Amino acid sequence: MKITVKLFANLRKGRFKVNDLEFPEGTNVLQVLNDLSIDAEEMKIGIIFVNGRHASFDTVLKEQDVLAIFPPVAGG
Amino acid sequence: MFGWMGKILRIDLTRGTISQEALDRDDLRNYIGARGLGTRLFVKEVDPNVDPLSPENKVIFMSGPLTGTFAPCGGRFNVVTKGVLNGTIAASNSGGNFGPELKFAGFDGIIIEGRAAKPVYLWVYNDQVEIRDASELWGKDVFETTDLIKASTDEETKVACIGPAGENQVKFACIMNEYHRAAGRSGVGAVMGSKNLKAVAVRGTGGVKVASVNDFMEAAVDARKKLAAHPVTSEGLTAYGTNILINILNENGGLPVKNYSEAAVFEGAEKISGEYQAEKYLVKNKGCFGCTIGCGRVTKISQGKFKSRGEGPEYEATWAFGANLGLDDFEAVSKANFLCNELGLDPITMGSTLACAVEMYQKGIIPTGDVEQSLHWADGELLVEMVKKTAFREGFGDQLAEGSYRLADQYGHPEYSMTVKKQELPAYDPRGQQGIGLNYATSNRGGCHVRGYLTSPEILGIPELADPASTEGKPALLKLFQDLTALVDSSGTCLFTTFAIGLSELSSEIRAATGITMSDEEFLLAGERIWNMERLFNLAAGFSSKDDRLPKRLLEEPMKGGPRQGQVHQLDKMLPEYYELRGWNENGVPKEGKMEELGLA
Repeated sequence: MKITVKLFANLRKGRFKVNDLEFPEGTNVLQVLNDLSIDAEEMKIGIIFVNGRHASFDTVLKEQDVLAIFPPVAGG
Repeated sequence: MFGWMGKILRIDLTRGTISQEALDRDDLRNYIGARGLGTRLFVKEVDPNVDPLSPENKVIFMSGPLTGTFAPCGGRFNVVTKGVLNGTIAASNSGGNFGPELKFAGFDGIIIEGRAAKPVYLWVYNDQVEIRDASELWGKDVFETTDLIKASTDEETKVACIGPAGENQVKFACIMNEYHRAAGRSGVGAVMGSKNLKAVAVRGTGGVKVASVNDFMEAAVDARKKLAAHPVTSEGLTAYGTNILINILNENGGLPVKNYSEAAVFEGAEKISGEYQAEKYLVKNKGCFGCTIGCGRVTKISQGKFKSRGEGPEYEATWAFGANLGLDDFEAVSKANFLCNELGLDPITMGSTLACAVEMYQKGIIPTGDVEQSLHWADGELLVEMVKKTAFREGFGDQLAEGSYRLADQYGHPEYSMTVKKQELPAYDPRGQQGIGLNYATSNRGGCHVRGYLTSPEILGIPELADPASTEGKPALLKLFQDLTALVDSSGTCLFTTFAIGLSELSSEIRAATGITMSDEEFLLAGERIWNMERLFNLAAGFSSKDDRLPKRLLEEPMKGGPRQGQVHQLDKMLPEYYELRGWNENGVPKEGKMEELGLA
């Protein structure tokens, strides 16, 4: 299935801003993080959206989902 | 005295007198400093019904007990007055080095009253204080004013001043210190302008004593370690500044577009984002006094029609001039932001007022004959031009200078003003975030994000995620955030420390610095006392529960697309519970029992 992955802040370094990637059915967020060599430990306090809604490591992805991944950042 | 200096200056500009006063120990204990203590002194002395631009209004600069100490991010002070934009109690919070310098001169704060017959500035060199002629400075921008005062006093002088916007009593003029830092909201700069007070310049050569050096160093080092260990305060804010929020809010469907009239998803977001700023324009990051974070941006536009250099833009300004005007030109946004610093304007209200004007113009509500040029979305040149015209009240800028509420009301359509209590909302669409909307509705200074920043739990997941679409538990969470923030703002430290540390660390620092023995709970209660004191002032000034409202658009027009499509803000599901938790009656008035508990009866 095709998933659009968007990366932000320093996660873009050595990776990409946005990319359509193929994953097997049933793939969850954690598996995508591992696939992209993103430190899951740090991402425990990072921000993950699937289709603009907060998601967790075990959120299972569906065809054409948009997965946005931010490292721990904040502002105000 | 420890932590506090224990004394303040009183300046009567009408009589030209200068005096010193000792601070009351009970006031220090109950109201801590900065926002709390400044407001305490203000409400004791000033009639809530005072005209904000009259000589009877006062303006108080106040630091906190941690200002100028080794506590991390202890660079804050507040400017307290009755706000010009909306008549609520104003406490505008600024960083930089001005607050610490005031304490190094020997004072916690300065009360300024009356009105000078001609332009003056205040020069404080330790305990030598003078009211000086400022006729040569009047009309100068913030940078020129700061340079001239430093040249005629001391290279190390810290200058808080107004630009042309304050002189012209623009209703959202700010007070700038050290060129780039702002006491930004509520129009505090216009109050200085009305008093013919161009600047307050301070040079201090002393220091701040703490009650227990060992305990204080232990508490401050503990807080510093936690700030250094947390990725948000050690890496995220440092590398990308507050503007990192553009992409986050945009992805979440909460970045307001074109005066909140469209789905809160901006297609040009990437081109105004913190990532884009860091990649293309960032010269370096920068911190205030004692800062371990360094969220400040030094930004340079190297070429083109918006060629310029300055600090910022921060997230709120980037949104106000960018997405909120449908503009994805970071260079125009930056130029407009730098001009706001130089001329002394609040960029949130500036951008939102222009957005309100553009929407009304496009709808035919503002006739073409009323404006000297067409008002369009996504027009960078218009933006830059209107910022200048607003500061000088030229042409249509004279109407923009009144803020969006008066502008929209004048054309018979106040509903296009995206304000609460006539102060413009910041950069989070509350239809996607129920908690931040309740915060807007109940903030003691109207549309404001920094006094109960529920974006932190609702979007960023700090300290833990609270579903932004849910109303459940939000009133209690908001009360806690509002009370804690009142304490943080009163301590003299930066709100951004709270991404990594909390009540316990802050209380330890204040205890060790001042020597007062108060529990963590008593400190939080001080925050609640401050919140209620501000509420009581506003009630006495004529505000009521009717003013705890959001613009109709956010309550009745469902979000038109994006992840939050179809949502509205559900204020009425939360407001009664909020009043109840606050110990207020159904009209939003503190009950007698609550007043007694807080010592406000």
